[in-house]
Amino acid sequence: MPETDRRPASNLPPLSLHIPEPRYRPGDTPDFGDIVVPAVDATPRPSEATKPDAMRDLCYGLVRVLDFDGQAKGQWDPKLSPERLRTMLRYMMLVRAFDDRMFRAQRQGKTSFYMKCTGEEATSVASTMALDRGDMCFPSYRQQGILIARDYPLIQMMNQIYSNRGDHLMGRQLPIMYSAPEHGFFSVSGNLATQYPQAVGWAMASASKGDSRIATVWCGEGSSAEGDFHSALTFATVYNAPVIFNVVNNQWAISSFSGFAGGERTTFAARAVGYGIAGLRIDGNDPLAVYAATQWAADRARTNNGPTLIEHFTYRSEGHSTSDDPTAYRPAEEPTIWPFGDPIDRLRQHLETLGEWDNERHETQRAELDELVKTTQKQSEKLGILGHGMHQPFETMFQDVFEDMPWHLKEQCTQMLAEQEAKFGPDWKPE
Amino acid sequence: MNADTQTATKTMNMIEAINSAMDVMLARDSNVVVMGEDVGFFGGVFRATAGLQKKHGKTRVFDTPINECGIIGVAVGMGAYGLRPVPEIQFADYIYPGLDQLVSEAARLRYRSAADFICPMTVRTPFGGGIFGGQTHSQSPESIMTHICGVKTVIPSNPYDAKGLLIAAIEDNDPVVFLEPKRIYNGPFSGYYDRPVEPWSKHAASAVPEDYYRIELGKAATVREGDALTILAYGTMVHVTKTIVEEMGIDAEIIDLRTLLPLDIDAIEASVKKTGRCLVIHEATRTSGFGAELAALVQERCFYHLEAPVERVTGFDTPYPHSLEWAYFPGPVRIATALTKILKD
Ligand SMILES: Cc1ncc(C[n+]2csc(CCOP(=O)(O)OP(=O)(O)O)c2C)c(N)n1
Ligand SMILES: [Mg+2]
Repeated sequence: MPETDRRPASNLPPLSLHIPEPRYRPGDTPDFGDIVVPAVDATPRPSEATKPDAMRDLCYGLVRVLDFDGQAKGQWDPKLSPERLRTMLRYMMLVRAFDDRMFRAQRQGKTSFYMKCTGEEATSVASTMALDRGDMCFPSYRQQGILIARDYPLIQMMNQIYSNRGDHLMGRQLPIMYSAPEHGFFSVSGNLATQYPQAVGWAMASASKGDSRIATVWCGEGSSAEGDFHSALTFATVYNAPVIFNVVNNQWAISSFSGFAGGERTTFAARAVGYGIAGLRIDGNDPLAVYAATQWAADRARTNNGPTLIEHFTYRSEGHSTSDDPTAYRPAEEPTIWPFGDPIDRLRQHLETLGEWDNERHETQRAELDELVKTTQKQSEKLGILGHGMHQPFETMFQDVFEDMPWHLKEQCTQMLAEQEAKFGPDWKPE
Repeated sequence: MNADTQTATKTMNMIEAINSAMDVMLARDSNVVVMGEDVGFFGGVFRATAGLQKKHGKTRVFDTPINECGIIGVAVGMGAYGLRPVPEIQFADYIYPGLDQLVSEAARLRYRSAADFICPMTVRTPFGGGIFGGQTHSQSPESIMTHICGVKTVIPSNPYDAKGLLIAAIEDNDPVVFLEPKRIYNGPFSGYYDRPVEPWSKHAASAVPEDYYRIELGKAATVREGDALTILAYGTMVHVTKTIVEEMGIDAEIIDLRTLLPLDIDAIEASVKKTGRCLVIHEATRTSGFGAELAALVQERCFYHLEAPVERVTGFDTPYPHSLEWAYFPGPVRIATALTKILKD
């Protein structure tokens, strides 16, 4: 008998270990009926200078603007012009068209990997639209919406996904790990939550220089368990850094439900409470709520009132990535019964309610965006698809390890070029 | 093959063999617990823990928060209580956020407490490239592990070894980092990316006993005997090396190290003294890689037997590139070039 099975004699009741378990597994009939959906006009909007202590309730409620009948209501309504709303809708639809196409490209063997953000488009598109163009974004891998909302050329995204000749990252990064400094988009890392303290550092730098730009950062609810998340919040509160923390709570982290990040006990927005910073829990499928909350947090940061943590309560409608099949761990119908609907449908409905949009315009725009993505894809594929890779001059592998190439890398580079010649002959060029 | 007990064997790939090792140990020892990101209900992103939670229960096999430092730190505490934790780090690239608990805590607990406390933990983690995983799903951090004084480092190269070594690692009373070459989870790799993958079922080492057996840590295996030179390799590179050597018709002795620390120095010394030449092969970056340690040891112990300088074939000193993966990987041309050079005179 192992040592640990011989417990000291005791009259006390035995302890037991709690292992979180999601409510529904494949085969179960999911029911989200008990998720509390507060009325849209139930949540007051405090001033941007409110002390965190005085607005704790907002960490446990749910900021909403759009009712399920398409009406915008309450103090949080950002009152955007129809033109602006249509722009938002277009960006979100473009993200979805892009995702569908690139997912299919991976399935067709044209690249190694892809990740969609279906159902979560508002959390990056609406958020970005509420920022200033100069504000710096530190994304995770699921914020393609930032680039699209800042009009980053689609072809550059595709070239990166294909690691082809046009990829300005020279094929070095896994698909979707973009980098776009001119668009205020920090290089995406494969290691979760590392961007969190980095965003705080950028914000501290901006503050120390008397700049007016702020930083924003995103991570998933699962990643909020990482130490880096907590380091970031500590530094942000200590230095009152002008930063917006977004936690995209899409309920799942690959196969692990939010309970494995602490979601059974409290909200993710409530992480703010312990650090003494402002927290907002919002309907992440409501583009206007996302816009309003980001605008509030941006104003707060820009007026030296400190950081805000925003929990976007949403749902990951599809698999984690092209390597994942979610029906192995959750009921297939969960995405369809999510009580907050789909962000694109909801904005569309709102515009239609306003008389500013209709079915025909919607379908025309969908077809137009599909066509745009398709033609761009054709152009990109002219510059190569991944295949066995090797679309870049081999010496690019050694560039950018350092600013100047030390002797050992020069030596290795020479060796590699000799290997290239041995493999492919002297006249070979990357295709 | 030094199985303690001979029982029915089954054809297994590497994942199945690793799964079987944990299954056997969970059944034999109620102190063994398996944990990590997505390892519970789902059974791991590489399926290494598939079915284990269902069979052994939720408190024996469970998911964890995404926090590698937490995973390793919690495992240290469990070990202090008397459990035998087997944490999985989803990719070896993600062991870095957990390094402080590994280096400063797990590796030193026995020493700093004069064995009042020990850390009988086995960290399993897939490593290495060849799957278009880009820079954060491809790294080979073995020399970082061997450079920590106080963790053992094990790398199997086939299903049979994987199971026997993993069982020995779990039974070991010190922390072990068990690095699984993910490129060969489903079949050995020839080094030619454009050839079809051969499944493990065609390989002798896929015959794996279903029950308990151990392969002692610290013992290398001679994969191929020969007189022309000694090749020291481990993991995926064992198979790549064997393919090239056979293609070139070289009478090489290939030693699969299996455990990098503690190293089977006797096997290395005996072989190099016999052949008089030594080539070291690994996929990890070159500078301060494990090959540097091997080259130094061989030179210290076999200098007067050497007929040529010790050569190294390695990955380059750059992050693992996505698209140029096959230009980076130490494949057939790099190995052939080194072989030709070392056998020149
Ligand atoms: C440090 C680190 N640990 C583990 C992983 C593997 N991994 C990649 S994504 C992921 C799940 C993240 O879930 P969440 O933060 O909820 O984001 P979501 O995918 O839902 O957007 C995991 C565990 C990683 N990339 N980096
Ligand atoms: Mg998530």
